[in-house]
Amino acid sequence: MFGYSMAEVGNIMVMQGFAGLSMFSVLLLMALGLAIIFGQMGVINMAHGEFMTIGAYTTVMLSKLAVAYGFVNYYFIFAIIVAFILAFAIGYLVEFTLIRHLYKRPLDTLLATWGLSLVMQQIFRSSFGAKEVSAELPEWLLGSFQPTPDIDIPINGVFVMGLAAVVTFGVFLFMFRSQWGLRVRATVQNRVMAGAVGINTKKVDRVTFALGCGIAGVAGAAFTTIASTGPTTGTLYIVDSFMVVVFGGAASLFGTIASAFGIAQAQSILQFFMTSSMGKVATLLTIVGILMMRPEGLFASKVRK
Amino acid sequence: MKTLSDKLLGGKQGVLGLALLALLILVILPLGLDIFRLNLVGKYLTYAFVALSLVLLWGNGGILSLGQGMFFGLGGYCMAMFLKLEASDPISTKIQTTPGIPDFMDWNQLTALPWFWEPFKSLPLTILAILIVPTIFAYIIGFAMFKRRVGGVYFAIITQAIALILSILIVGQQGYTGGVNGITDLKTMLGWDIRTDSAKYILYYVNALLLFGCIFLSRYILTSKFGMLLLAMRDKEERVRFSGYDVSDFKIFTFCVAAMISAIGGAMFTLQVGFMSPSFVGIVPSIEMVIFAAVGGRMSLIGAVYGTLLVNYGKTVFSETYPELWLFLMGGLFIAVVMFFPDGLAGIYQKHARKIPFLKRWVAEEKQKQTDAHASHGKVGTKLGAEA
Repeated sequence: MFGYSMAEVGNIMVMQGFAGLSMFSVLLLMALGLAIIFGQMGVINMAHGEFMTIGAYTTVMLSKLAVAYGFVNYYFIFAIIVAFILAFAIGYLVEFTLIRHLYKRPLDTLLATWGLSLVMQQIFRSSFGAKEVSAELPEWLLGSFQPTPDIDIPINGVFVMGLAAVVTFGVFLFMFRSQWGLRVRATVQNRVMAGAVGINTKKVDRVTFALGCGIAGVAGAAFTTIASTGPTTGTLYIVDSFMVVVFGGAASLFGTIASAFGIAQAQSILQFFMTSSMGKVATLLTIVGILMMRPEGLFASKVRK
Repeated sequence: MKTLSDKLLGGKQGVLGLALLALLILVILPLGLDIFRLNLVGKYLTYAFVALSLVLLWGNGGILSLGQGMFFGLGGYCMAMFLKLEASDPISTKIQTTPGIPDFMDWNQLTALPWFWEPFKSLPLTILAILIVPTIFAYIIGFAMFKRRVGGVYFAIITQAIALILSILIVGQQGYTGGVNGITDLKTMLGWDIRTDSAKYILYYVNALLLFGCIFLSRYILTSKFGMLLLAMRDKEERVRFSGYDVSDFKIFTFCVAAMISAIGGAMFTLQVGFMSPSFVGIVPSIEMVIFAAVGGRMSLIGAVYGTLLVNYGKTVFSETYPELWLFLMGGLFIAVVMFFPDGLAGIYQKHARKIPFLKRWVAEEKQKQTDAHASHGKVGTKLGAEA
């Protein structure tokens, strides 16, 4: 098969599969935030990638601070929290100043947030420079472990996966097991009724949007462990994460996870056997093809809108 | 009954608007600008085709395509392939390993012309391809999506993904498409050198006339019963469907017309600028072209042309002197247009023209003539957005 022995193909599959898993984790974190915002509120946030970049730059800046003051081994946990808080706060502000005026015009939200993303990219470029920067990783994130001599699994990938799992679980708890989640779901299902029973739907919108942005911030922190950050980093993932959300079926948490997994794995494995661009083309084409046959996505909620 | 000329010109106000635009494009700009600047304006006017198609599709049809760049690109590439084949005749490419094929193919170790390049040896077939290929492409996308009632933001996202796929494909398949550099070094068309000043003047006028042709075509569509249905579909799709119309067919048709208009713009772009590259196909150009239409006024055909000229003029001025400021301005423009001027320049004109004595008459008359479908579009449109 392609000039490799069977054992080699097996090892390649494991390693590419694992590379796919790190990509899956970042994609999942990005898509979770988007799924909350798009699935629950119907808002297209084209600036979502830039919220991820906020998280990434926060981590990079904190790592510089950590190097200067010598707490490199511990800062990363703080960085994740700070990235979340910062992205959450900016998301809250954006919802208040921009998004809330546009809920009734989803296509216009798309254009306005695209404008926002351009502005944010230029702010990043002006303040951090056009060059890509990378975070100083703590020692426990470096290196790799080898279950067999031919298989090499990087630790940062494992960490990112763990982080994605924790955040996903957190989102699940928030959406389905908390008072807040109840209010969010009620608002999505019937805004007028939710308002009538005393839920402050505007506040719910604001927190939901900010939460989605906050998760993108965490995605950014995770991103710094596998690649370096530049002003346009966010744009790399935005189309992919939209495809994840649409493909998985908006408003379905499980669908988002499944489709993030499928898309990341397909790209990662195809990229090894074809060129990287053709792998991406093949994956995206497949998704578009499936979406044409099943526009509601893989796991659509049964609610008629 | 409206006469044909009424339909094409759009009443008194339409005539005034068209006459002013014609004066600007056909007389004032060619007289006032040197050929370099005029060529630049010609380039902007090719984007106006796309803005025009978006007025048809998005402003009146409520279908936001974020992939109009791919039709622009397809039209442009068809034209570029023809010109490239003419520029790579066996004599001028005799230093290559395989003479007679475009240089980038030779660099990528291709030894024969790929089959899909063959039709582009003839000009009539090329012109046919410019008009037909993007339309068929649009038909396939439109058929698959609209028949299954995919619309609104889903349609926007999927067209965006398709534009991305196409641009990655063009960049990736370097040997067949020229890769990231695109198709360059275009010289002659049937032996006629397109790089001379006189050729540039002629191409500018051909482009301008084609643009007016497309405006007439779009206006004809919009003022016909079809245009009314399009508006009705945008505002109350279910009602139109329940009245017995096949909504998806209308949408597919509009999408195809929009694709064809964009493709004509793309072909004229290649002729005037002398190259075509994937940077006009992907996500960023596609969405930028939406802002041209939005600035001009998403409902106004003539506004789209002004919007395109204005935004591009701003882009040229600012990106030459303050490149950093430009992205802020562009981003701010997106936000401001959406938040404060949803009807763009045309909306501002409609609002303020009444106060100017000379213009008052025209606007007042026009206001009366407008049927309820036209007049109340803004309000109904916003209400419906939430339901769609």
